[in-house]
Amino acid sequence: MKPISTESCLELNFPATEAEASAGIAKLSTGLARQGLPGNKAGDVRIALAEAINNVVEHAYAGVAPARVQVTCRLDQDRLDILISDTGNPLPGYHPPAGVPASVETAPQDLPEGGFGWFLIHQLTSDICYERRNGCNRLSLRFDFENTG
Amino acid sequence: MGLTSTTSGATQIITVECDRIDAAMAIQFKEDMRRETESGPDRVVLDLAGVEFIDSSGLGAIVASMKQLGSQRRLDLAGLQPVVEKVFRLTRMDTVFRLFSTLDEALSASMD
Repeated sequence: MKPISTESCLELNFPATEAEASAGIAKLSTGLARQGLPGNKAGDVRIALAEAINNVVEHAYAGVAPARVQVTCRLDQDRLDILISDTGNPLPGYHPPAGVPASVETAPQDLPEGGFGWFLIHQLTSDICYERRNGCNRLSLRFDFENTG
Repeated sequence: MGLTSTTSGATQIITVECDRIDAAMAIQFKEDMRRETESGPDRVVLDLAGVEFIDSSGLGAIVASMKQLGSQRRLDLAGLQPVVEKVFRLTRMDTVFRLFSTLDEALSASMD
């Protein structure tokens, strides 16, 4: 897009199934590492990416025919931007959930087995942006790199 | 999804033979854990050394596996790679499970 730049792009799209998502997330992680994603960010990115994509598979396409998930990554020297888009149902209220995690200070039998997805995304990203445009969900995740490399 | 189980003294060791426990594997993992732990020692150590990635569905499946054991038995975790350990730490599940950096450490630790 911008010819004079250090940016590199990585794109992948796959059918919105759990198995395809699992393979796609692994492939994106490998690709980003190859393009120079700092090692100390690789884990954070993979976790947030997985949670965001799993949300699309489990919620955006719940009750509708699953289509595809499109992921576009733009890696620059000091940041990574990831755009995840799908044609499923919009986020409730057209807004990313705050993601308050369930408490683990409870009896073992009452421990939460889910509900951590948005909490993890918020914890691991520098910024989250969501828009609904032309029947598409567009979720942007930004990861700033600290100068620790 | 690939679990192997051995017994060492009063401890059952279950090794995950899969590089990730995620949304695609979570239900199968929980079912396999149920089958592996239907009977056996009171202490189960889950060896995660070969697991390079876990998401919140995988975490939920491990929590569910612990609940399946009931109150008389316990599930400890060993060999967590950094990304896996981070998911436990961020969700504070590191305060729920005993985490050991290696299987040997887990085995030399006492039941309580």
